Amino acid sequence: MSATEVIATQPRFRQTTSELTWFDRWDHILARLGFKRNGHRVETGLYALGNPTADSPVFVTANYTLSFDALRSSLAGVDGYILVLDTRGINVWCAAGEGTFCTYELVERINEAKLHDVVNHRVVIVPQLGAPSVSAYEVERRSGFKVEFGPVRAQDLPEYLKTHQATPEMRRVRFDLGDRLVLIPIELVHTLLPMLLAAVVLFFLSGLRYALAAVAAVLAGVVLFPILLPFLPTRAFSTKGFILGGIVALPFVVASWSQSDAAWWLRALEALSYLLPMSAVTAFLALNFTGSTPFTSKTGVKREILAYIPVMAGMFGGGVVLILALAVIRFLRG
Amino acid sequence: MIKITRADVSTINTLRYDPARCVNCGLCSIVCPQGCFEPGETVARLVRPEACMECGACQTNCPTEAITVESGVGCAAALIYAALTGKKASCGCGCGESCCGT
Repeated sequence: MSATEVIATQPRFRQTTSELTWFDRWDHILARLGFKRNGHRVETGLYALGNPTADSPVFVTANYTLSFDALRSSLAGVDGYILVLDTRGINVWCAAGEGTFCTYELVERINEAKLHDVVNHRVVIVPQLGAPSVSAYEVERRSGFKVEFGPVRAQDLPEYLKTHQATPEMRRVRFDLGDRLVLIPIELVHTLLPMLLAAVVLFFLSGLRYALAAVAAVLAGVVLFPILLPFLPTRAFSTKGFILGGIVALPFVVASWSQSDAAWWLRALEALSYLLPMSAVTAFLALNFTGSTPFTSKTGVKREILAYIPVMAGMFGGGVVLILALAVIRFLRG
Repeated sequence: MIKITRADVSTINTLRYDPARCVNCGLCSIVCPQGCFEPGETVARLVRPEACMECGACQTNCPTEAITVESGVGCAAALIYAALTGKKASCGCGCGESCCGT
């Protein structure tokens, strides 16, 4: 065998550590803010974590920095290999849903990394949330590697590695306050500009209180809703949003109703001009939050759209008509 | 009256399980992130059908096609966008076609 042949058959991998640098953390902040959404990628292929041997475990992940970093930082003190699949910078769960974190890609990367030559065993540990597009029996049939579905969360890996058995707790998705809080920045970034535009228009059309109402309704939908999600009554996100929007609109309703100098019907209309659109806006943002949760189904969300989008549109439209009508009345009365 | 032969025909979601086909490999209980399935004596048991979020992990990993589910994204923004544009609903991750094709 010549020297070049030896090099050609040598498995190649990069080195990584379980340490996160300040640069990594800065990248995580930018990712959470949605800055360069597709730019948070790591190179695909095989990595050595610590000083792995041919008997060390192989962990599979996506080429999204948050996924890769969550995995390696959870494996402090563990020597192993990390196989990074090309998911175009998307996390494991979403990439599995899209079909990029999948059987085909895993088999390709196993072959490309010559994993058969790197390790003696024939097991790859795949995150459980990759299962929607990774068929364990297909991977084994095509590559000879047995897929072991690890826990949902990388942080449970050290515990999991002791027995290679996940507890029912490790197998379930959770959506704790912390999980919900990290989603708020990107929701805010997406709604900030439309919210400010609406506030400015309302300020000049109807005054400061309406401008504040617009801000309150949007913030209720993108900040309060994720925080309060498990505590709001009803099952549907839309109805939860109607309720929350209604509560946030209450001070505006009370303020409108308690103006003593106007006719009762005028006060009632003004109260409605807050309640209807605010509740609708918060409900719409709440419905949009379904995409960020790990428990809504397509069937359920479709049903919600059909049932509640017309209601939201009606309330919002009615509110806009009222706001305009009241502005005209104010203008005519000087 | 029509006799329902499938074990759990629900209207809440599209998850369908046929225990007659189950070989009790146990994978559905492992991959389900909602704990819908539990290992049973001879076949898997569907214990929380209402919790299914239609991710499709059980179907993908069932070697005997005992489980079917119409998987898709449970995301209102994606579904509204798909309805308005006529495109396939995706998370808007900016990625193109599915690489697996299935």
